[in-house]
Amino acid sequence: MLKFDNVTKRYPETGDVLRNVSFHLRRGEIAFLTGHSGAGKSTLLRLITTMERCSRGQILLDGQDLSYAKEKQLPFIRRKMGVIYQDYKLLQDRTVFDNVALPLVIAGYGHHEIARRVRAALDKVSLSGKEKKYPLALSGGEQQRVGIARAVVNKPPIIIADEPTGNLDPELSAEIMFLFGQFQQVGVTVLIASHDISLITQLNHRVLKLDHGQLVSS
Amino acid sequence: MKQGNKNYIRKGRPIKPVRHDTRQTKTAGGNFVDKLHAYRDLHAHALFSSLGRLVASPFTSIMTITVLAIAISLASGFYILVVNLQQLTGNLETSNQISLFLRDDVSDAHANKLADNIRKNTKVQSVKLITREQGLAEFKTYSSFGAAINALETNPLPIVIQVLPKNSLEDKQGLEDLLENFQRSPEVDFAQVDLQWVERLQSIMAVARLFAILLNLMLGIAVLFVIGNTIRLELHNRHDEVVIAKLVGATNSFIQRPFLYSGFWIGFISGVAAWFIVTVLMLILRQPVEKLSGLYEGGFHLLFLSFTDTLALIFISSVLGVLGSWSVLTYQLRQLKPE
Repeated sequence: MLKFDNVTKRYPETGDVLRNVSFHLRRGEIAFLTGHSGAGKSTLLRLITTMERCSRGQILLDGQDLSYAKEKQLPFIRRKMGVIYQDYKLLQDRTVFDNVALPLVIAGYGHHEIARRVRAALDKVSLSGKEKKYPLALSGGEQQRVGIARAVVNKPPIIIADEPTGNLDPELSAEIMFLFGQFQQVGVTVLIASHDISLITQLNHRVLKLDHGQLVSS
Repeated sequence: MKQGNKNYIRKGRPIKPVRHDTRQTKTAGGNFVDKLHAYRDLHAHALFSSLGRLVASPFTSIMTITVLAIAISLASGFYILVVNLQQLTGNLETSNQISLFLRDDVSDAHANKLADNIRKNTKVQSVKLITREQGLAEFKTYSSFGAAINALETNPLPIVIQVLPKNSLEDKQGLEDLLENFQRSPEVDFAQVDLQWVERLQSIMAVARLFAILLNLMLGIAVLFVIGNTIRLELHNRHDEVVIAKLVGATNSFIQRPFLYSGFWIGFISGVAAWFIVTVLMLILRQPVEKLSGLYEGGFHLLFLSFTDTLALIFISSVLGVLGSWSVLTYQLRQLKPE
């Protein structure tokens, strides 16, 4: 599903941020991406979400080579993945429903289909009945679940989460992790960037560890 | 923690296996008609939501639209001024005729024959003979010297033949040749053409027309930039929204759409407002102008913006709105990289 082959990312100012990173996440696999701050976690995620292009190597997402994708194709590649952010990235002036519906509106679904899928996604993250609320009226955990609902509403084959539990207390973190486990069980590939060591050791998942731009364990 | 998970399952419904739709990279699910409807809904939504956003910040919108409306009304005001001046010079076109003042010893019959001869000339459009008596009668009615004329024993006026040449305004050389020709004939005392001041007026008009075009061009560019800047500010205000839309896979055309509609609305409303301003100004000017025209015994009537002019005005303003926002969006969206 996601394959890194000798990927190097070099910035003119700082040099190599990632060096010869290779790993392969299979369909339905769940993995943590960890490492000290500055190890290159964010850069790796930015390469997957096509915000940046790698300097050398090859990144394959669902068989598609990201390094050779044209600018015009990038939106369509981004629709293949659900991305969850530490700061949720919700639209504060839109309701929960509109926030979750956004990827479907962008993909051009009809409104009946949108309503059906949004309700299903909110149901999965147990936020049914909060469709008409605004994000600020929700707790941090609830806002994060809105973000998750938005990431999965388009049924993407891969979910990328950037510090999804960073702002949450342990109990809420566990709930979120449990949710990821559920997505994994139905065949979704999940990659979670986190430095929450206790959480990582609790769950017996694959761990990709970055150290100064190099993958030290996978 | 296990307890928490169980609670969770009870709250939520168990997840059914997901069937990945790999085709959804380019097109969404649903049939063609559904997609067409979705596309139409998107446009309708962008059309009305952009109008709603203008209404939501009335102060900014009114300021922008007022500035634009004044600029556009200046341009169209100058245009209508030139149209009106053209009407004025249009009336003067007959002044380009040649007047032949005949010698005193030429008889009416001889003059008639001469007029017939001139009529045969292919360069001549029409000929009018004014006999001494007709000239006197005309002079009496149109000037205030009627009483003085009556005191004269003999008629001092010569026979006049008025010749209207063909294409007199375009073919200056032909006119000169004709004039020379007439001057050589023995019956003619002197021939005169009121060309010079008509020509001057024509060139003043040409300058005014050119000035109007240049002014409209400048104001059009100003409108383009004002709208572009407004859209740039709106894009800045909605930066988060744009970034999030990009992150979840929005194409540039999806992001552009509501902004293009904003530009359209700003242009359209400014166009309508400009029409209103011009029309009100013309209504204020109408009476004084008609009074002035009356003093000159002129058949001059103030021309307002015609229906076609109005449509063109609103159409051009709307197009400028869309163009202004499009140029800014194309540039800004390329610059914008989601963080």
